[in-house]
Amino acid sequence: MNETSATSPTAPDADDRLLSEPSLLTRSLRLVGGNRSGAIGFVLVALIVFAAIFAPWLAPYDPTAIMTGPRMAPPSPEHWLGTDNLGRDLLSRVIAGGRVAMLVAAAALGAALTGGLSLGLIAGLGPRWLDNTLLLIFDALRSFPTIVFGLAVVTIIGPSLFTVILVVAITSIPIYARIVRTQTLALKNVEFILAERAMGAGIARILFVHVLPNVLGPLLILASMDVPLVIATEAGLSFLGMGVRPPTPSWGVILNDGYNFIRNSPWPVISGSIPIILVTLGFTFMGEALRDIFDPRLRRTH
Amino acid sequence: MLRYALQRFALSVVIVMVAIAILIVMLHVVPGDPAVMILGPRATPELIAQTRQSMGLDQPLPIQILTFFGNILHGDLGRDVFTNRSVAQIVFEQLPYTLVLISVAILWSAALGIALGCYSALRRNTWLDTLSGILSVGTISIPSFVMALYAVLVFAVWLGWLPSIGAGEGLGGSIIHLILPAFAIGISWVGYVARMVRASMLEVMSYAHVRMARAFGLRERLITTSHILRIAVQPAVTLIGTGVAHLFSAAVFVEVIFARPGIGALIVQSVNERNYPIVLGAVLVTTAIIVLATLISDLVIAWLDPRQREEL
Repeated sequence: MNETSATSPTAPDADDRLLSEPSLLTRSLRLVGGNRSGAIGFVLVALIVFAAIFAPWLAPYDPTAIMTGPRMAPPSPEHWLGTDNLGRDLLSRVIAGGRVAMLVAAAALGAALTGGLSLGLIAGLGPRWLDNTLLLIFDALRSFPTIVFGLAVVTIIGPSLFTVILVVAITSIPIYARIVRTQTLALKNVEFILAERAMGAGIARILFVHVLPNVLGPLLILASMDVPLVIATEAGLSFLGMGVRPPTPSWGVILNDGYNFIRNSPWPVISGSIPIILVTLGFTFMGEALRDIFDPRLRRTH
Repeated sequence: MLRYALQRFALSVVIVMVAIAILIVMLHVVPGDPAVMILGPRATPELIAQTRQSMGLDQPLPIQILTFFGNILHGDLGRDVFTNRSVAQIVFEQLPYTLVLISVAILWSAALGIALGCYSALRRNTWLDTLSGILSVGTISIPSFVMALYAVLVFAVWLGWLPSIGAGEGLGGSIIHLILPAFAIGISWVGYVARMVRASMLEVMSYAHVRMARAFGLRERLITTSHILRIAVQPAVTLIGTGVAHLFSAAVFVEVIFARPGIGALIVQSVNERNYPIVLGAVLVTTAIIVLATLISDLVIAWLDPRQREEL
C-alpha cells in the first residue's frame, strides 16, 4: 500500500521540490490521492463520523421501538438490514450504536491523551525516583489484559458507559505516557533546548513551545489508530453485558442479541459486526496515511 | 545469561506485586462498598460489618495489601463468597482449559505466520505473498469475538461441520471442540506474525553479515535459517510475548461464546455474581501468567541474540 504513496505522486516534479517545498496541504492531498488505502480510510471515517453526528435524523426508525416490522426479518426495502428478535430495525440500531461507539472513543482517548501527556511529561522531567515509580506502575497496568481488567472494574463500580470509558482510559494511559516520556527524555538534553535554558527560558516555555509540539503529532496519529481498539473494547464489554446496558443500542448489544438467536437469523450478527470491521479498516488506513504525511520517519518499511 | 535472567525475574515479581496493589487500592478509592455489592442493598448493617470483617475490608489499606501478599505466599487467594471454597482451587481447576486453548491458538498461528512470512520475504510479489498481505489486513480488522461469532455461524449453524458448545468429552471430543475456538483466536495472529516476519526478514537480508555468509559460500538454506531467520524472528517473539494479554482477553469472549469452561468464563460468571474474591484471584493469576510470558519472550530473545543481554 505504501509503495505507491512513496514514489508516484512526487516523481515528475522532483527538481522543483529542491527549489520550493510544497505546502503541507499540497503534500497531504498528493499523498492521499496517490494512496488508495489512505483515501478509502478518510472516506470511511468521514462517513462514520457523519452518521454518528446526524444519527437521530438518519435512522429510519426509533432504534429502541419494538415491532416496527416482523421479528428476525431478512433485509427488505422497509428494513435495509432486517430486524432483530424484538422486531427492532437493525439499520437504525446500527446507526445509533455508532454514536455510542464514537462517544466512547472520543471520551476515552481524550482522557487517555490528557493523562498520558501529563504523566509522561512528569516522568520525563521529574526526579529519577518519580520516573522509576511511574514506569513500574505503567508496566503493572500494561500487564492486565484490557477485557479482564475491565471485568474487574465492572465488579467494583458496576457496568455503564462511564465504566467502559474509564477502563479504556486507564489501560491506554501507560502506552501514551511511555511515548511522551521517551520523547521528553530525548529532547531534554538536545542542544537547542540547552541553549533555551541557558538563555533563561522557564520550564513552561520549554514545555509548550518545544516539547509539546514535538510530542503531540505522533501521539494524535497513534490515538487515531487506537480508535478501533477502543471500539472493539466497548463492543466486547457490551457484548458480555458489562458495558452499555441493553435498551441503549450498541454494536456489542446488537451482537449479543444476534448471538442469542444465532440459530434463527444471521442478520443481527452480520449487521452488528460490519460496522466494527469498517471502523477498524477506516481508522487503520487513515492512521497509516496520516503517519506518512506528518512523519515520514515513522513509515513502515515493506 | 543467568544474571540477566535473575534480574528480569525479580523485576517481573515486583510488577505483579504492583499490579495487585493497584487492584486493591482501586477497590478502596472507588465509591461503593464491596460488602454491600455482594450482599445487595437490603442487607442489615450487622451482616455488612460481619462480611467486611471476614473479607478483611475493615483493616487499613497497607495492612490489607500486605495480608494479601502474605496469603499468596501460602497459596491462599481467599474464599468464594457463596460456597466458601478456596479461590486458588477454583481458579486452578479452570486454568488448564484456558491455557490449552491459547497455547493451541498461538502455536498454529505462529507456525503458519512465520512460515508465510518467510515465504513472502524470499518470494516477494508472488500470488501467495499478495494473498497473505490481503488476508492479514482483513483478519487484523476483525476482533476475535466477532471472528468467533462468524465461526459459530458458518461452521456450526450453516455447515454443521463442527460443534460449538462446550469442551467435549475424551481426547477426540476435546480436540474437535477445540478447533473452532482456537481458529477464532488464532486467525488474526497469522496475518500479524506473517507481516512482521516478512518485514524484518527483508531488513535482515540486507545486513552485512548475511552478505559475508554468502561470500563465504554458505548454503542458502543455512543462511536463511541460522543467519536471517534467527534475527528476523525476534519482533515476532516479542509480539507473541506481549500478545499473551490479548490472548487472555480473546479467551474471555471465546469461552463465553462457545460455552467452554475456563478462566475467562469463570471471571464473567463471577462478575455477574459479584463474587469479588474470585475475580481478584483470577485476575491475579492471569496477570502473573502474562508477566511470565513477557519474561520468557525476553529470555528467548536474549538466547537468540546475545547483543540483547546487555540491556535491561
